[in-house]
Amino acid sequence: MPEGATAVAVAESDFSLASRRRPRWSRHRIAGATAPYALLAPAAVVIGAVLGYPLYLIARLSFEKYGLFELIRHKGTWIGLDNYTEIIHDSQFWRVLLRTVAFTVVNVSLTMVLGTAIALLLVRLGLFMRYLLTGALVFVWATPVVVAVDVWRWMVDPQFGIANWALTKLHIGDFVRHDWFVNPWSGFAVITALVVWGAIPFVAITVFAGLSQVPEELIEAAQIDGARSRNVFREVTLPLLKPIFVILTSLSIIWDFQVFNQIWIMLDQRPSTDYFTMSVYSFVESFRISEYGLGSAIAVVMVLIMLAVTFVYVRQMVKAGEVH
Amino acid sequence: MSSVTPIAPTPVAPVVVRGHSRRRRINRLGWNLLGLCVFAVMVFPVYWMVATAFKTGPNIFSYSPKWFPIPATLANFGDAIHRDYFWRNVGNSLIVVGVVVTFSLVLAFLAALALAKFRFYGRKAFIVVIIAVQMVPLNALIIPLYITLSRADQVNKLSGVIITYMTFVLPFTIWTLRGFILGVPRELEEAAMVDGTTRFGAFVRILLPLVAPGLVATSIFAFIQAWNEYIIAYVLLSSPEKQTLTVWLASFTTNRGTEWGPLMAGATLTALPVVVFFLLVQRRIAFGLTAGAVRG
Repeated sequence: MPEGATAVAVAESDFSLASRRRPRWSRHRIAGATAPYALLAPAAVVIGAVLGYPLYLIARLSFEKYGLFELIRHKGTWIGLDNYTEIIHDSQFWRVLLRTVAFTVVNVSLTMVLGTAIALLLVRLGLFMRYLLTGALVFVWATPVVVAVDVWRWMVDPQFGIANWALTKLHIGDFVRHDWFVNPWSGFAVITALVVWGAIPFVAITVFAGLSQVPEELIEAAQIDGARSRNVFREVTLPLLKPIFVILTSLSIIWDFQVFNQIWIMLDQRPSTDYFTMSVYSFVESFRISEYGLGSAIAVVMVLIMLAVTFVYVRQMVKAGEVH
Repeated sequence: MSSVTPIAPTPVAPVVVRGHSRRRRINRLGWNLLGLCVFAVMVFPVYWMVATAFKTGPNIFSYSPKWFPIPATLANFGDAIHRDYFWRNVGNSLIVVGVVVTFSLVLAFLAALALAKFRFYGRKAFIVVIIAVQMVPLNALIIPLYITLSRADQVNKLSGVIITYMTFVLPFTIWTLRGFILGVPRELEEAAMVDGTTRFGAFVRILLPLVAPGLVATSIFAFIQAWNEYIIAYVLLSSPEKQTLTVWLASFTTNRGTEWGPLMAGATLTALPVVVFFLLVQRRIAFGLTAGAVRG
């Protein structure tokens, strides 16, 4: 679509007042009515191809037997709900689901609480310290996940990692040559630390930005009325920041529920079944065991859970989009 | 503040402030100390990566860690960039990211114009789709994408990766750009037209320059997302000369263990462009992500 036509179409819509006076279907009017569709078409086609079709295909694959043989033949065999009955009767699936939910709850809670705490701390800091801490947060935020995982892997290295050395020096226990990943609990503790560390900056900086938008008059009025600072926070600040918390929590749930890279790279690309979360489980079923049908069924369950949980978020974003 | 102070009885106010001020200063000191601790915890992993990258072998493999990279060496960086396929993989990353960002920016700008400037049937449905698809985990999409691409013989090719990267870059780019276009007051364009500019002129002279910073910010953020991507590249690109930088980092870990020095140097190099770009646009994008909440 030529630029010029686009621009004219854009301007056209802006001047709806002028065209309202002459409600005939002139050539300009028709151009104005079709313009948005013409503008949208290229993006819509691409989204349909790279998102719409794969979503349809994954739904279909989940009803098919699709292994190596089918991969070479480029055609699956329809088996109805067999994949779903198999995972429902598989105790491994339920363990993985439970583990993923627990992991998400722990990580999201820690991220939100610590992130908000740091935001509240930022408000109380002197100017220099505030810049220093904000700078650190932005640096952490900017660190690519893949890089962050390698750094943490190095810090908890059994032999030369600084974590074992520090814990031993602090007399917390004997951590010489301690391998954190032998026990899945301590392994997940490390992964949680990594995920939360990486997620805190976004929450802290966003909440801090929200806090600075709360009108000072409101807080002062509450203080004059004799409210204590804890109550001021609960009764004045929190309600005002509620929309931000809803969005941040939803985004955190989305990100933490599908954590993959952190587990996959941390465990040398071959995590034991104790480390399976939904996304790792579905990935292993598909790309390690070549049961693409089964992997798809797990992935579909994951997508449905995701959409159900984030329904509130999507609705809020759409509502915000409608305001304009 | 000014609207509230007069209500407080003036004679009392200074006394209260003076009484508080010492306690306040002590409090402030306490908070700053706490801030310093948080700063140290947050920044340490990043510091440790860079410090390790500059350390000599014996200082890395030492049972009591050396806090500072003294003596400093560039050997790890030399090792990393002279490794097989490093430059090829840098090139691959740049090609993939460059094409993805260019394509999605053009498509997204057109779509964002439609969403921001027109009211039309199906607009709301499109917005719902754009937001909802961003909830779909990439791990779920990788299965059908892999199968489709293997049918089309696009596995182990950069073109296949470029197509798949659109799945997460495009919806995000449309949504962000739409916000930036909405940020330009309609009245400005109208005023320009009242002053005698053509409609095209108003678009070129008013809207484009005002949206330009938004376009830059969005493209940088799209760059970062594509540059950091790992799973798709890991699944689709199997031969070492085709891989991107994030996958290349895995080559430092072999059966014999991990070469930490070169790995930390490679990690620093991989993170560097992202950090630089991120610092440039962080302010704009941070609020873009939650803009809905603040406005709603």
